[in-house]
Amino acid sequence: MPDPKTCDMGGCDNPAVVRLEKVVDGKQSDHYYCESCAAKRGISLKPSPSFDVAEMLAQLGGGAPDPAGETESCSFCGLTRAGFKQGGRLGCPECYACFEVKLRQLLGRIHGSSQHTGKVYLPPDPAPDDAGRRLHVLHVLHGRLEKAVAAEDFERAATLRDAIRALEAGAQA
Amino acid sequence: MSGPDSASGRGLDWLDATGPHADVVLSTRVRLARNLQGCAFVSQAGEAGRLAVLSRIEEAAARAPLLEGAAMLRMPAVPERQRRILHERRLVSQELLGAGGEPLAGTAVIVPAGSTASLMVNEEDHLRLQGLAPGLQLMEAWRRVDGLDEEIGRTVPLAYHNEFGYLTACPTNVGTGLRASALVHLPGLVLTKEIEKVLRGVSQVGLTFRGLYGEGSGVVGNFFQISNQTTLGKSEEDLVDHVARIVDTVIQTELQARQVLMRDARAATEDKVWRAYGLLLHARSLRYEELMSLLSGVRLGVALELLPGPLVRLQNKIMILAQTAHLEDAAGRKLAPEERHAHRAEYVRTALEASAAAGNGEKGGTSGSQP
Ligand SMILES: [Zn+2]
Ligand SMILES: [Zn+2]
Repeated sequence: MPDPKTCDMGGCDNPAVVRLEKVVDGKQSDHYYCESCAAKRGISLKPSPSFDVAEMLAQLGGGAPDPAGETESCSFCGLTRAGFKQGGRLGCPECYACFEVKLRQLLGRIHGSSQHTGKVYLPPDPAPDDAGRRLHVLHVLHGRLEKAVAAEDFERAATLRDAIRALEAGAQA
Repeated sequence: MSGPDSASGRGLDWLDATGPHADVVLSTRVRLARNLQGCAFVSQAGEAGRLAVLSRIEEAAARAPLLEGAAMLRMPAVPERQRRILHERRLVSQELLGAGGEPLAGTAVIVPAGSTASLMVNEEDHLRLQGLAPGLQLMEAWRRVDGLDEEIGRTVPLAYHNEFGYLTACPTNVGTGLRASALVHLPGLVLTKEIEKVLRGVSQVGLTFRGLYGEGSGVVGNFFQISNQTTLGKSEEDLVDHVARIVDTVIQTELQARQVLMRDARAATEDKVWRAYGLLLHARSLRYEELMSLLSGVRLGVALELLPGPLVRLQNKIMILAQTAHLEDAAGRKLAPEERHAHRAEYVRTALEASAAAGNGEKGGTSGSQP
């Protein structure tokens, strides 16, 4: 019988209870951790996706350095793509529009999808102050209504219909 | 809404009940990450930005019927020990306590009255809503935060994208912003060395696990937290249901492992359980990690009906109240490490003796006076 493995963390010789398979460049290596050290690492035994966002972003860059792209920044908060890569955090909701294409790829990698299928959010009192904005809001509301009907969420659909009616009534007043 | 002094009575409700599958599942938590439309995320916001977000959330909270009578605690105004108490009760995260224990201006927590939820303001996201429940009650915890989310979102516009869903500072939380987790006790799987296989299985179906925090950072007492890894592409109900199903499988596996223990190693298991109980009853100094590992033994003993049942409820309380800030609060002063370990041992002893005196010790016996 082979000796029981001990933990791979430096300075720790507890018996290992968790084996972590790491696949780097197609090569698999095994690491053994005791319960305590495995937990400290917040371990995910799944080889992928790993959630090191910064690392994933670097991979998305595709190798070829793109100095112009690195300084591309969010028009609202000023966060640069390089800044995002470094910290792994976005700076504001607008960042999602500014870096939309890259983020769609990234979200697909992390979550297996970039399409939200959960709760449909309806902002409070759209209170449109001009015709253009009113049209935009109506358009958004109709889109949500379709989704709600498709999801057979009739309660929400009714709320949305009321909101649309109220907006249309406001337009005629 | 009320002030900082109201922290002490809050957030213990979930300890008073045991809930479904209490023999394996200690508690359930569901949290939602939300941000305000048109405001920089917390890391980019600066003090003025954080204070602006706070005042809008306070206003929204004041208008939310579910938050009537809630305590609104601005972290910098809460005394230091009370802040740690909030953390020990899991109402605020380590991050909200701030670097070096100095919370940032604009950070706050809202604790609903008589409820088992909290809303953290200006943590990693503008708003982190969490619902806590004893035992395995993921759907219930989800409904609780869903209700709070609806009421807040009705007053203040949230950052939402038609394709990506709710927008969060970290792309790993975007979409539903939902993290559902269960805190499970798996001594059977650890003792039968099946834990590796089970945890690997859990991570292969898109969930993650981590150990329960101790005073340091290590996992203690065979307690694991299992939660969903991804937040986008599935509905909230599907995510919650998925975690619930997997936890259910883990429960069944753990119960089988316990049967194996009782079949193949009954004497050793009984010895372990009674030793743990004996140490808790008589120790004069206890580190938190040691306490957790002994509680794990006692908890197993209760589940195997070797020790009296009401001890489970008592244990949930001990796990929270025997932590440092709670002990210091009871002592009314700061405690040096050695003193703290002594106070902890005394607290545990007194609690167990009181429980035995109240007649909870009839099965298995808790003291020499029992026949
Ligand atoms: Zn180790
Ligand atoms: Zn931005």
